[in-house]
Amino acid sequence: MKIWLVVALVGVATVCLKGAGPVLLGSRRLEGATSRVVDLLAPVMLVALVVTQTVGGDRVLVFDARVGGVAAAAVALRLRAPLVVAMAVAAAVTVTLRHL
Amino acid sequence: MSAEANRARDGSLRDGIKAGLPIALGPLLFGISFGLLAKTAGMGSAASIVFSATTFAGSAQFAAVSVLGAGGSVVAAVLAAVFLNARYAPMSFAAAGVFRGPWWRRLLEAQLLVDESWALAGRGGRFRREVLIGVGLLLYVLWILGAAIGTLVGNRLGKPNDYGLDAAFAALFLGLAAPTLRGRQARVAAAFGGLIVLVLLPVAPAGVPLVAASAACLLGLRR
Repeated sequence: MKIWLVVALVGVATVCLKGAGPVLLGSRRLEGATSRVVDLLAPVMLVALVVTQTVGGDRVLVFDARVGGVAAAAVALRLRAPLVVAMAVAAAVTVTLRHL
Repeated sequence: MSAEANRARDGSLRDGIKAGLPIALGPLLFGISFGLLAKTAGMGSAASIVFSATTFAGSAQFAAVSVLGAGGSVVAAVLAAVFLNARYAPMSFAAAGVFRGPWWRRLLEAQLLVDESWALAGRGGRFRREVLIGVGLLLYVLWILGAAIGTLVGNRLGKPNDYGLDAAFAALFLGLAAPTLRGRQARVAAAFGGLIVLVLLPVAPAGVPLVAASAACLLGLRR
């Protein structure tokens, strides 16, 4: 019962959160300061996701093999490698470092 | 611009799905590990599959299930998941332009918004409808399939992070972030957001750092 309650509540909350923009805003466009704020979401959230995914732990910063993997991917991207290649480099370097 | 002209400018759904293929393995493996974790937390197969189909947000589902598995309350589990998913509200505002039709249809389509579909769709500055819907649909199917496999078959594959998938997804977000970092304001805001995450990660509950980082966007209020 407890489990289904969590499934239902989280489900409803997520539907509302994901639908907020599309339902409230419709196909109107944002203008002025609001649009500048929303335009900054992509760089800000993507960098925040990179940081979380690279050094995030359970309420702790963890500097482990992932850092090496992501650094290697950054080099690959610098050398104009496609995204998939950069992802493969990150995974390969991380796995290798974990087995050292 | 009329709806017809808009539609003509969209690529096909097929192109959108294709855009998701390079990253398809990740959600499948994470789906499987979600199914496994749900099982060990005492969640039945039906519940974990329904959870994946209705919530479709990996980190929030992991968080809710691990709180339950650790003996936490319903409130704690729901709050953890809501914190993690709160970022989807501002992200849905940024992508609002791609959804079409009456409000219920936009609400339904918006459920395909996840980090990966949002980030891939926003490549190049303008959100591309076919990519958000295509990548979202592809990942949705794989996510549910993964949960079903994980909960029914059990642990034979090891953890996704054994294959370095955590770093691979960091690399994906890095590669998608790079082209958005044009202009001083974008760079300053992104650096500020990253700093907020670093400071809050050790002290705040999971999900809160990402939500707090979005405050860096308020720098846009200044010209």
